[in-house]
Amino acid sequence: MRTQPIMAALFAASVIGFGLAGAVKADSDITVLAGTCYNCHGTEGRSPGSIPSIAGQPYAVLLAQLQAFKAGEARNATVMSRLATGYTDEELEALARYFSEQ
Amino acid sequence: MITRRKILKSLGATALAVPALSMPLVARAQGAAGRVVVVGGGFGGATAAKYIKRRNPDIAVTLVEANSRFYTCPFSNLYLGGLRDFESIGHSYDELTGDYGVELVTGWAQDVDGDAHTLTLASGDVLEYDKLVLSPGIDIRWGAIEGYDEAAAELVPHAWKAGPQTRLLREQLEAMEDGGTFILSAPDNPFRCPPGPYERVSLIANYFKTNKPNSKIIILDAKDNFSKQGLFQAGWEALYGDMIEWVSLSNDGRVVRVDAEAREVETEFGVIHKADVLNVVPPQKAGAIADAAGVTNEGGWAPVDPVTFESRLVPDIHVIGDASVAAPMPKSGFSANAQGKVAAAAIVAAFAGEEPSEPSWANTCYSLIGPEYGISVANVYKVVDGEVVVADGGGVSPADADAEFRRREAVYAEGWYDAIANDTWGTVA
Ligand SMILES: Cc1cc2nc3c(=O)[nH]c(=O)nc-3n(C[C@H](O)[C@H](O)[C@H](O)COP(=O)(O)OP(=O)(O)OC[C@H]3O[C@@H](n4cnc5c(N)ncnc54)[C@H](O)[C@@H]3O)c2cc1C
Ligand code: HEC
Repeated sequence: MRTQPIMAALFAASVIGFGLAGAVKADSDITVLAGTCYNCHGTEGRSPGSIPSIAGQPYAVLLAQLQAFKAGEARNATVMSRLATGYTDEELEALARYFSEQ
Repeated sequence: MITRRKILKSLGATALAVPALSMPLVARAQGAAGRVVVVGGGFGGATAAKYIKRRNPDIAVTLVEANSRFYTCPFSNLYLGGLRDFESIGHSYDELTGDYGVELVTGWAQDVDGDAHTLTLASGDVLEYDKLVLSPGIDIRWGAIEGYDEAAAELVPHAWKAGPQTRLLREQLEAMEDGGTFILSAPDNPFRCPPGPYERVSLIANYFKTNKPNSKIIILDAKDNFSKQGLFQAGWEALYGDMIEWVSLSNDGRVVRVDAEAREVETEFGVIHKADVLNVVPPQKAGAIADAAGVTNEGGWAPVDPVTFESRLVPDIHVIGDASVAAPMPKSGFSANAQGKVAAAAIVAAFAGEEPSEPSWANTCYSLIGPEYGISVANVYKVVDGEVVVADGGGVSPADADAEFRRREAVYAEGWYDAIANDTWGTVA
């Protein structure tokens, strides 16, 4: 996801935070979006505990599960139905893709 | 006076090559991608240190932490209720130092010079940084409640930082006779872990129910409502009958004076309550180093740009976790970890000369009302027009859920703890 550092931007970076506060990169970094899933599903989706692992599951399965959570159609959901509603359909696709590749 | 010795090894390769202070770009050009100092190895700081290294191992990261082992407030209420032993909530820094090459300095961060980009330790050592991350958690506002100072806390614990205070409260609960009264004084918002006081009384009620069934619990509250209130009150009634009494602000719940020797508190309208075990959760502010760095506002917390968690007051200082102003995100370990990851990504991007990514966070606070009765509040957060906002949906566990649902949330609460402890410190349960 990283682009090549350019010299001008490097100089801008040394004074960043004030002039540039609020500006964001156009294509957002999926690992930032996925990072909060780690707190329950384990780092990169590999769970050390009672919450299911999601790393390496097929994309279609993950996407279908996330869409069902969002639609409120997943039986047995305790918390995912409340979290999945916070993401756009595109974000859910990106998350399903990312975890399927872990 | 402070001796300005420098810790060379903690600066990694850069220190050998440069007076990097005045020439940060040169330092980067010569190999190290930048120098980050992190203060605080709790939920926010340990996560930030780890995720900076995961994203770019060439960045030199030094973690300054007062203690060699970290004990979590999350699940400390299970310890208080006799459901866990203390060591099970302890975590080491071995993964950070061993697997990620983070330089650990065990010591107290005393002062920050934001212009010079230096951090001074109580030992007198000085660390230079390109980016400073502060995740010091909370400090108690001693004296905000009359009579509640550091000496009083040795008799009447707050137990709002996990450690000796938590053990003291547990000892007092164990020593209490059946038929005694436990009083918890809860603060007004904002404070660390909004559902924390109510989970605490729940698990103490669970302990009393089997060990001291004639005892009584009173919460004296400086608020008129609290996190997951409906779920807590329904759970209390279901599991503990009328053992727990909650006194709201409007019903004269606000404690204004503590007599630690007598274990008595006085509320706003002059009523004296006598306890056998007294737990004062006092008003709070950002950890002292945030004040020293000049990043706090009048309220005692640090305002930040939510995209990067960089201070709005001093450049190149990122403040995460409880110390920051990130409302509507609550002051939770989950939030601190999530903010640590966002700040890490932003810092790595800045060193690479890139714009920060669009941030995203989630938070879920699980609370246990009993060992097999869990509830939660869950939300996703994003930035709109420079402010953190709650994304669509989210909310608390359903009010009408059955016992099986509550049981599963209790199991998942433990799963959450195992996952976040592993993600933050590498702990394998
Ligand atoms: C009873 C209770 C229950 C809780 N339960 C939950 C829960 O279930 N879920 C949840 O998400 N959150 C929970 N929390 C909240 C959680 O503990 C905090 O929100 C979280 O610890 C904040 O992380 P932090 O990084 O800001 O601070 P901390 O985790 O407190 O870390 C701060 C660290 O900085 C160090 N430090 C501070 N100043 C200095 C200095 N000057 N020099 C060197 N080191 C320094 C401290 O030693 C400490 O290790 C609970 C809190 C309490 C009190
Ligand atoms: C608060 C903890 C928590 C967070 C955060 C969380 N999950 Fe979940 N997840 C769960 C639990 C618990 C389940 C089991 C279903 C339920 O009870 O809701 C689950 C189930 C799932 C499943 C179905 C897995 C299966 O095998 O049945 C997927 C897919 C999933 N989560 C994806 C995600 C993604 C992607 C994220 C981040 C956007 C995420 N989760 C964040 C707790 C969490």
